[in-house]
Amino acid sequence: MGALRDCQVDARQTEDGTPLPPRASSIIELLFPFFFQKREKKSRGEKMLVVRKKMLGQSLLIRPAVSVLRSYSSSAKQMTVRDALNSALDEEMSADQKVFLMGEEVGEYQGAYKISKGLLEKYGPERVLDTPITEAGFAGIAVGAAYHGLKPVVEFMTFNFSMQAIDHIINSAAKSNYMSAGQMSVPIVFRGPNGAAAGVGAQHSQCYAAWYASCPGLKVLTPYSSEDARGLLKAAIRDPDPVVFLENELLYGESFSVSDEVLDSSFCLPIGKAKIERVGRDVTITAFSKMVGHALKAAEILEKDGIDAEVINLRSIRPLDRSTINASVRKTNRLITVEEGFPQHGVGAEICASVVEESFAYLDAPVERIAGADVPMPYAANLERLAVPQVEDIVRAAKRACYRSVPLAAAA
Amino acid sequence: MPTLLSAWFNSHQPNLHPPSFYSLSLFRSSHPPPSPNPTLAMALSRFASSSRSGSLLKPLSSAISLRRPISTDTTPITLETSVPFTAHQCEAPSRTVQTSANELLTFFRDMALMRRMEIAADSLYKAKLIRGFCHLYDGQEAVAVGMEAALTKKDCIITAYRDHCTFMARGGTLLEVFAELMGRQAGCSRGKGGSMHFYKKDSNFYGGHGIVGAQVPLGCGLAFAQKYSKDEAVTFALYGDGAANQGQLFEALNISALWDLPAILVCENNHYGMGTAEWRAAKSPAYYKRGDYSPGLKVDGMDVLAVKQACTFAKEHALKNGPIILEMDTYRYHGHSMSDPGSTYRTRDEITGVRQERDPIERIRKLILSHDLATEKELKDIEKEVRKEVDDAIAQAKENPVPESSELFTNVYAKGLGVESFGADRKEVRATLP
Repeated sequence: MGALRDCQVDARQTEDGTPLPPRASSIIELLFPFFFQKREKKSRGEKMLVVRKKMLGQSLLIRPAVSVLRSYSSSAKQMTVRDALNSALDEEMSADQKVFLMGEEVGEYQGAYKISKGLLEKYGPERVLDTPITEAGFAGIAVGAAYHGLKPVVEFMTFNFSMQAIDHIINSAAKSNYMSAGQMSVPIVFRGPNGAAAGVGAQHSQCYAAWYASCPGLKVLTPYSSEDARGLLKAAIRDPDPVVFLENELLYGESFSVSDEVLDSSFCLPIGKAKIERVGRDVTITAFSKMVGHALKAAEILEKDGIDAEVINLRSIRPLDRSTINASVRKTNRLITVEEGFPQHGVGAEICASVVEESFAYLDAPVERIAGADVPMPYAANLERLAVPQVEDIVRAAKRACYRSVPLAAAA
Repeated sequence: MPTLLSAWFNSHQPNLHPPSFYSLSLFRSSHPPPSPNPTLAMALSRFASSSRSGSLLKPLSSAISLRRPISTDTTPITLETSVPFTAHQCEAPSRTVQTSANELLTFFRDMALMRRMEIAADSLYKAKLIRGFCHLYDGQEAVAVGMEAALTKKDCIITAYRDHCTFMARGGTLLEVFAELMGRQAGCSRGKGGSMHFYKKDSNFYGGHGIVGAQVPLGCGLAFAQKYSKDEAVTFALYGDGAANQGQLFEALNISALWDLPAILVCENNHYGMGTAEWRAAKSPAYYKRGDYSPGLKVDGMDVLAVKQACTFAKEHALKNGPIILEMDTYRYHGHSMSDPGSTYRTRDEITGVRQERDPIERIRKLILSHDLATEKELKDIEKEVRKEVDDAIAQAKENPVPESSELFTNVYAKGLGVESFGADRKEVRATLP
């Protein structure tokens, strides 16, 4: 618990990566911080933050009530998502001999996106295995190894290539525990970048969250921040079930603040629990992976227009944290779902159905869905921009849900 | 005395050399080690037969009414396989095999049990007690039995959907088989798998897979895990001539050869991939050669001793040199599954021809009788016993209850995390996954 005392991390600030308030420079400041701090109206949401975090068992730290005489650490450490994944892999491989990494270019090339940098040197070619370009073959081999008790981490260079191996992910991995009535558990992780990158065209840009999340027997995780990446990857590797771990190439280079607790090698996030990135009271915005960043930016814009948005980072698509989503909608009464993938039969459709089933009476407006365009991903930059959700799309949808599309003056 | 006996025997030689594609070639070692069994009949028969090679003797016991038990004799008997092995990129093992009376009788019993089990499954399917798919293995028993004889339980076996007999060979019980086929609780997968999804992990039997060809990369993965854990054991991944053309097989073989995995790929070539004959499906039906850089062996899959010999050879090879392919030349009497009569793409004459000339159980019966290891009556008694066992198991399985409704939601995950799952009407039926 020492870590808790030394850090004070506010949810919003951490996720945006903005620096924490400067350290006190005089004893007067230490004793009477109230007079020196910029006074901002603490929203109900912020006060709720503490309570909500306790309720949801979040791992994020809360600002201690009496913090004057304690020493604050300097601004929390910054870590890229890439480093977060690398360190998680490193620590889990170190902790459990049965964990091994397999995929194209994971070894000598140091990883196509450098996620597995340094692992070959550290663990050797028996545990970090470069495969030929044969997804069906090596995914099957990995599942077979998992049958026999090892814990493979299979890297797909992108999840577009996982379609070549999808029979093994679904039929050999996901269903085996059920078909064998518990004899054959499959502790495997399939990970890699998912969704749109930049200008890579239709065959390299699809989001597979909805496809994999529809299959019972799989767990599907979608980290956003470095904390998510570390905690969820560790949880995935330790989990005895097949996990599809959908990363995002454009997030690999982004830096986020991480606390000491996150950096600890035993750090782990629970699977199936969403995180409220920003507490609000007017409209709920659910998002996952890269779209969480867009949703947070949209929330800032909406705040200027007097709409206080609550942003939920889903973290886990299967199991979906329906209780967090529904509790939020029951509070705000309005919902926007945001995802990058194709709209039809997508994650947003499932969330909408879930909310309609469980919280229909609480809805004050129809559920809004923001998703990728219903077309294969085009190459031209302007078309690509139209095919992927932008911040203004989320803002517009939120305003619609709040019946504020038209300025109030005009409505009067 | 010996002369009188010889004279008597000579006049009572049964014809044990019917015309066949694969002639039985037998010789007995001239100086067998002394047997611990002192019964008169055994001593006399051994004396009499050692005086001439290839002799076919009617057992003395029937003439002098001596009650002789079924032999548990483990004295080595040396025999030859039906045909020599054909090799690709390796040296074929010898066609001379060592066996014993005990082993031959065990083979006979095991294969008879499997045969009876599959025939009974046929009837159950027609009585609609078995639903869905039911792929029967009768005709191919020698592969399952011979392979098991060459392996230990540390070695892994994985196969496709024609898995009932392979499961039995790995130590499964008849009750587990019939209960699973009928979807009952006592089934090996508690009724949740069905015919195509038998597993017995404690015997390293990994199923039971419905997707053609998928089991081959999985099997190579098992071999990877064995090498990783330094088990000094091997994996046998079985597939059919239909699956032999699957791309993922070559992907897995490539990786296995690169990484020297102790994987043995066994093609159970019964010459038909569902309704498609091998010459219509494979440009090169020499499946044992299709490994290219990987060595291969062609084996008479209807000769249990040849299968055992090949598997022993393959195991040794794979532990030292990486993957090897075994092509078992075998045959299935039934169609592809119970929905297939099996006679639209092949003639009935072909089926009866194989049954008469190559049947694995008949081969062993002839061997046993010709070597005087048991009487015909004793073998018939074994078959009766086996039939009764099967009938009892079926009766027991019929009494067994179907799974509880709550089983719908068990084993979705190994660790359910208290997550909710839903039935068809989610407002009616919800469950928390344990």
